[in-house]
Amino acid sequence: MQKDMKNQNSMERRTFLKAGAAVAAGAAVAGTLSGCHGGPITNKADGSEVVEPKAKTRQWGFVIDVPKLNELGIFEEIKEACHAYHNVPDTGNPKTAVKWIWEEEYHKTFPEIASEYLNEEIEELGFPVLCNHCADAPCVRGCPTEATFKREDGIVSMDYHRCIGCRFCMAACPFGARSLNFSDPREFLDEVNPEFPTRSKGVVEKCMMCSELIDKGETPICAAMSQGTIIFGDLNDPSSDVRKALNENFTIRRRVELGTGPSVYYIVDGGEA
Amino acid sequence: MRKGGKIMFFTALFVVVLCAPFILNMGSAQAAPDPSLDTPEINALQEKECIADTEWMRENHMQLLDDWRWEVIRNGATEYVAPNGQVYDMSLDDTCLSCHSNREEFCETCHDYSNVELYCWDCHNPDYEE
Repeated sequence: MQKDMKNQNSMERRTFLKAGAAVAAGAAVAGTLSGCHGGPITNKADGSEVVEPKAKTRQWGFVIDVPKLNELGIFEEIKEACHAYHNVPDTGNPKTAVKWIWEEEYHKTFPEIASEYLNEEIEELGFPVLCNHCADAPCVRGCPTEATFKREDGIVSMDYHRCIGCRFCMAACPFGARSLNFSDPREFLDEVNPEFPTRSKGVVEKCMMCSELIDKGETPICAAMSQGTIIFGDLNDPSSDVRKALNENFTIRRRVELGTGPSVYYIVDGGEA
Repeated sequence: MRKGGKIMFFTALFVVVLCAPFILNMGSAQAAPDPSLDTPEINALQEKECIADTEWMRENHMQLLDDWRWEVIRNGATEYVAPNGQVYDMSLDDTCLSCHSNREEFCETCHDYSNVELYCWDCHNPDYEE
């Protein structure tokens, strides 16, 4: 009798485990599939622009006319102004450099489409690169403390107080747009702008699209200084300046194949047409 | 009671070690902190009032600052409506520290007393750094 009971129990246990394994496998498959196709993700942080276009929310973005910007030769000025305003330290060492906006050549900006034989003019262009404020930002997914987050208006922003310096975001970002402060950044600042806080050692930082200026109704510094070569606006608003520029020009974005939905567009062929 | 002497000795020693912090700090009690409100900005005010009453601020200023930070950074909010109806800019630098410009006599008196380290100025309002 007791033996029978035992058998019955073990059978039940066996069936239970089988059922459990089946459910787990099903969930894993479903998860992978929805991961592949994007799926109808309702999570706010995961709402990819490809999957679920939200017409009503904002997505601030930039359209950069690279040839015109190069022609004007004002990029260095813009970079300095941005870095000075935001107290970005100049460590003088490429290994510990902190960068919000900087210049990169075509091959490094668009490595997956760059070819061996390239138009000379394009090869000589300097491409301003910065945080792409992705629609589905991998750094936001990676951050374990919610220090990096996506605002309602599409800006990928940071709460430096919460950053623990784990650098998951730096590993996640395909654009290298994030930098860690390896030491106290104030040591490398000749002048501190009291309008903007500095960061501290062990904190990651990046371009935040001048969200504090946008909240006041102003334009980001780079766009304001660019003499019209860096166009700023709402990508979800069909009548915005950025959308007009996108309509009139052929543009490319960095690493689109990764599906992060970058919000920075580059005009490479000049704006003569 | 073969080992009674040893037991008594080590019990006494244990009690002494346990009470060491009290014995060592005897007589060195600090006076209760007295944060100073004597700044030119506060003296210039007609009615000396903070955004909320002193008692509430004393207990909740850290929570308030945390809420402000959350609102400003994540929601882009800038205005705080105080209990008395007045609207303030949600800013540590521009609102709090514009009046309480005496960090050492105001913030740090209590924080030193309660041994809570303040690191606001590691990043904020660098004018304070000498």
